[in-house]
Parts: sequence; structure tokens; C-alpha cells
Amino acid sequence: MTEATELPPLHMRRDAFSPTAELRKIRETEGVREFTNAFGWQVYLVTRHEDIKAVLSDHERFSNERPPGFAVQGVPQATAEEQATARAGNLLGLDPPEHSRLRRMLTPEFTIRRMKRLEPRIVEIVDAQLDTMESAGPPVDLVENFALPIPSLVICELLGVPYDDREDFQRRSVRQLDFSVPIPERLELQRQGRAYMTTLVARARRQPGEDILGMLVREHGDELTDDELVGVASLLLLAGHETTSNMLGLGTLALLRHPEQLDLVRDDPDAVGPAIEELLRWLSIVQSAIPRITTTDVEVAGVTIPAGNLVFPSMPSGNRDADFIDSPELLDIRRGAPGHLAFGHGVHHCLGAPLARMEMRIAFPALLRRFPNLALAEDFTDVAFRTWNFIYGLKSLEVSW
Amino acid sequence: MKVHADRDVCIQAGNCVMVADSLFDQDDDGIVVVLVDDIPAEEQDKAREAVKLCPSQALTITQE
Repeated sequence: MTEATELPPLHMRRDAFSPTAELRKIRETEGVREFTNAFGWQVYLVTRHEDIKAVLSDHERFSNERPPGFAVQGVPQATAEEQATARAGNLLGLDPPEHSRLRRMLTPEFTIRRMKRLEPRIVEIVDAQLDTMESAGPPVDLVENFALPIPSLVICELLGVPYDDREDFQRRSVRQLDFSVPIPERLELQRQGRAYMTTLVARARRQPGEDILGMLVREHGDELTDDELVGVASLLLLAGHETTSNMLGLGTLALLRHPEQLDLVRDDPDAVGPAIEELLRWLSIVQSAIPRITTTDVEVAGVTIPAGNLVFPSMPSGNRDADFIDSPELLDIRRGAPGHLAFGHGVHHCLGAPLARMEMRIAFPALLRRFPNLALAEDFTDVAFRTWNFIYGLKSLEVSW
Repeated sequence: MKVHADRDVCIQAGNCVMVADSLFDQDDDGIVVVLVDDIPAEEQDKAREAVKLCPSQALTITQE
């Protein structure tokens, strides 16, 4: 089992914001490298922008599903039935056409037009959170008081999850994705999460509300099993927590370290959209795509990967590929970075991307306008990064104003 | 210039609408709709950008 003092696996190593030089070396030399993942398996790391796109576009040869009998060492082999239950509704563990069937039920809730209708409510949530920060007075932990509660409140309302239950599901979601937490504990957290969601699904079946769970029951209740509803809702709750919150925390720190760019985001409304795209690229908080498994022998960057192997597309590396973008190591919010891979690529491209963008477009400038003198209230060298988490970010961030 | 959208391939990411909302829209299910039959010269760069950014390659330029 991993120890917190050890280095995380190769693809997760960072020097503050940036992937380590080792990752760049792989990208600039062989492109694909065999390495040992958090479970001690030999897997393949794909590092170049074009190769990552090719892998993520090719769901037939690079599958999200796992063959029968695929198991993590040290964990009792699940029965076929248990595997099916745990897999049901998890969009990230499915390939087309099953994946497309579920995704299409959800996408009406995430269109750009739908997001625009949500905008006033997100503004309210952000303002209320800023009021709370202001009345508490500095210093405050920006993660606990801003970065986490905003996306948490938004996804809870959207989905139909009581925010009052947040202590449990917020604790679960952060540990579930932490590779330094022993696997049996992570599986137990997943089981608890599903048990909790089962109670919400049962309630939505009886009395469907004006939220995503209610919509799924009303419009697709006959075609979805309870296991699928639990799986879909659990994934949305987890994804809604662990992604935008880390962009808000880490993104604020990145802007504090680039004050002239922070000024632009605060003062120029036209700068905000491109700034968010560049922050998404430069920070690439999702450490890798969901590992794909090769269904046949394949070749990537001239390296042969035999069938049945796990492939890790490294988005942080692809997003800093000089063949994709000039001066990739620089944060330059003016350029907008179209084509970045922070939301993935292919059929699994982030479903919540329009929501994440909307939340960030509102939250960053609102924070910086409310506290124009926002500053770090701890040494940069003391900032606690989430070194071992599937989603990179900050454990906390002390700020003052 | 003409752009064809394959609505079966579309995964409703909305990237095309984000970069070129004068040319593309999403229907109520989030699936792409091309709004302009013949894309005017001044909009062609945006159209190319949308084609490039589509995560599922649902958009193709059928006529330059």
C-alpha cells in the first residue's frame, strides 16, 4: 500500500502547478512510456496532444469498459452481479452504444441555453458565499468557504441532493479519489455513497422533484433501473464536487501568482472567458483521463501496446505540448487556448463542461471584485496541494484582503 | 463553405455553440443544429474552429 511520504505515480507528479520535467522529457522523446500506476500495475502513459486525442476518439480500440474478471489486487473478486451493480449508470465505465443511451438522457440538462437559465441562481449562490466570507473577516480558507461550497450548492440543487447532508458526501468524495487511501476503504466509501444515493432515488421514484433526478424518473423512469439512477446520480455528485471546486481554488492561487493577469480578470469582462480556457489548459487538474483498456494490439507514437493493457492519457502533458501551443509552460490568459484537453475528448468529453465554465465565469471575477486586494495569507511554499488525488488541487488556501 | 453536422455522432458538448453561436445551436436535447446553410466568408474561420474543437468529430466541412 502507498504511503503519503512516497512520490505519487509518474503521471501525477507536479512541481506546484506544473507537471514535472520528467513528463515533458517523455513527451519530447519516446512519447509513450510504460510505468507503474498507483495499484502497482504496469500501464502505458500517453503524453502527446495528438496521440491523446487519437486514443480518446477511438472507443473501439481504447475501451472504458473492463473485461470480466478484471480486478484490483488485494481486493476480493466481485461476483458478476456485484460488478454489474457497481457499473450500472457509471457513464465513465461504459462504451457506446450503452454510454450514448445514458448520456442522451442527461444532456438536455447541460445545454448552453439551460446553463444561461441557471446563471442568475449561480450569481446568487456566489454572492451569498462572498457575503459569508466578508462577514467572517480575513484570513479565511478559500477552499472551505468559496471554492468547495459554490459547486457543491449548485450540483446539489441541480441534482436534487439535500445540501444539509454535505458533510458526509463531501468527505466521501474527496477520499474516494485519493490514491493514498487504502483501496478497501475507498470501495467502502463508494458503497456508502451508493447506499445514500439509493435513498434519494427511492424518494424521487415516489415524488419526483424539479431536478435532474426527478426529470430522469419522470421522463426515463421506465427505461432506467434503480441501479442505473444511483450510478448516474452518484457520478454527477462526485464530478460536480471534485472538479470545479479545484479549478476555483487552484485557479485563484495561479492568478495571485500572476498579479497582472489577475487584474485583467477582475477589471475586463471580455478577458474572463479566454482566461478560464487558459486556466483549464495550464492547470489541467484532471491528472489523466479514465484509463482506457486496449481491445486489440495497437500502436501509439510508434510504441506497440498489446491487447488488454491499461492506457493513461495524460491531459496535463498533452496540454503543455509545444506542438499544440506555443510557449506551453507560460500562463497567458489572453490567448484562450482553444483545443485544450482539460475536459477530455471523444464521446466522454465532460458532460458538465458548460456548467463548469458558467460557474467559473461568474465566480472568479466576483471574488476578485469583492476583494480587490485579495492576497495569500500563507507562504506559497506552505500551500497544501492534493498530491495524491485523481483530481489535482488544493487542500486549503489561506487568503486575506 | 458548407458544414455538415452528424446528429447521431454529436455528444452534445456544445463547443461549437461556444465558439460560433451565429452558426450553430443545440436543440432541446443538446444536439447540434447548423443554423446557416452557406457560411459567409467572414464567419469561415469560426466555422473551422468549431469543426476542429468538436470532441466527437460530428462536424465536417463538405464544401470549401
